[in-house]
Amino acid sequence: MVALLAWAIVGVLALIILSIVLTFNSLIMLKNRVNNAWSQIDVQLKRRYDLIPNLVNSVKGYMKHEKGVLTEVTKMRTQLVNGSMSQKAKASDVISNALKTIFAVSERYPKLQASENFKMLQEELAGTESKIAFARQFYNDNVMSLNNKIQQFPSNIIANMLNFKEREFFKSAEEEKKSVKVEF
Amino acid sequence: MPTLYEHISSNKRKSILLISIFFIVIGFLGYTFGLYFGDAFIGLAFAIIFSTIMTLISVYSGDKMILSMSSAVPADRKKYPNLVNTVEGLAIASGIQTPKIYVIDDRAINAFATGRDPQHASVTITTGAIERLKRDELEGVIAHELSHIRNYDIRMMMLVVVLVGVIALLSDLFLRSMFYGRGKRSSGKGGGMIGVIIILIGLVLAILAPLIAQLIKLAVSRQREFLADADGTLLSRNPSGLTNALRKIRDDKEPLVEAANKATAHLFIENPLRTFRGKINSLFSTHPDINDRIKRLESL
Repeated sequence: MVALLAWAIVGVLALIILSIVLTFNSLIMLKNRVNNAWSQIDVQLKRRYDLIPNLVNSVKGYMKHEKGVLTEVTKMRTQLVNGSMSQKAKASDVISNALKTIFAVSERYPKLQASENFKMLQEELAGTESKIAFARQFYNDNVMSLNNKIQQFPSNIIANMLNFKEREFFKSAEEEKKSVKVEF
Repeated sequence: MPTLYEHISSNKRKSILLISIFFIVIGFLGYTFGLYFGDAFIGLAFAIIFSTIMTLISVYSGDKMILSMSSAVPADRKKYPNLVNTVEGLAIASGIQTPKIYVIDDRAINAFATGRDPQHASVTITTGAIERLKRDELEGVIAHELSHIRNYDIRMMMLVVVLVGVIALLSDLFLRSMFYGRGKRSSGKGGGMIGVIIILIGLVLAILAPLIAQLIKLAVSRQREFLADADGTLLSRNPSGLTNALRKIRDDKEPLVEAANKATAHLFIENPLRTFRGKINSLFSTHPDINDRIKRLESL
């Protein structure tokens, strides 16, 4: 009888340890996935950071009246690679809108449009733009998985014990207040 | 998306089940074949070894054969920057490594994915699709193909096609040799009634298995297409891209891909051999009816 009880206790303990190990491993996996997803965003932001000076150089000869938007892009550019996540997100949004304006305005200048270099830059920046959007989508999905795991019972107990922190979504401070914003 | 990862593991489980069933059928065919000729276990061993070798060849070099059969050439980044950027972007969104990108020189709009796993995969697009689809439509098509890769459909379909082929081959061999009656009677070797019954079951199996296996293959292919439509939409977050692309394919005057054949038709996003339109969702087609797919996408 005593032996049976002892075995039962051992069994329950083993089960608890096993579930702790499994939860811990899945938390680690989710955390790594989030880190990996974040590095994907960072790579694309860096790429955009590198492309912008080329764009500004190739269009500044034409866009005399649109100096404002060019200085804005140049100003925000450094924040793509320096600063907090929400600063980066904000800089990325501002630049996205500014690029849209630049490309819309560029249609007034056929000579610029015909330039191979400009066409290449336009395609590269559009590609980077959509990669940022996709990387952001992938990152936010993964953050949600991790945060769910940290908040849900019973994994929240283990997550708290082992000090797993919830992660921040990649969006700018303004977006959090109002999600839809159209700007010209 | 946690549901997507769960979905992938359920897909893997189902694949293992289906492949095991195919192997059991092949083993049984080999066994009865062997029994008929005198040694059941030699037959069994032959069937299992033969199908294993075929499976391994297809998994490790099937994609190369398919690519060269379809006269696909690697896509040049300078020539198709839009395509390369789109594939790279969607690969980021789906969390897989960017697959190799190939192009088929053909006016038709079509695409396919192949490979053994997301680390060894490729997508192939016709030049017609690159020229005639808008950016969001191309994105929809590529998202569909990347879903095939991420869900391991590419490996699954390769295995199913090869095993269906092996079943057809073995059944054919069995039936032909029965017909010409070159076999030794095994009933004398202690098989007796049981031996005769097994051979009869084998005979029935040899007649039915190729047909049933073929139908299973087609059903799996159609179901995977629906799944990839749905997952692809989740990936591109834009159902209208793929929907409009499918509409363009439906209304295309020349939908046939010249380099496609019966062996590769199931791979494409839409049947490249389709000869007439408005066909109902038939038991014998590799793809679901295109109107049905559009309707399902519209309801998402």
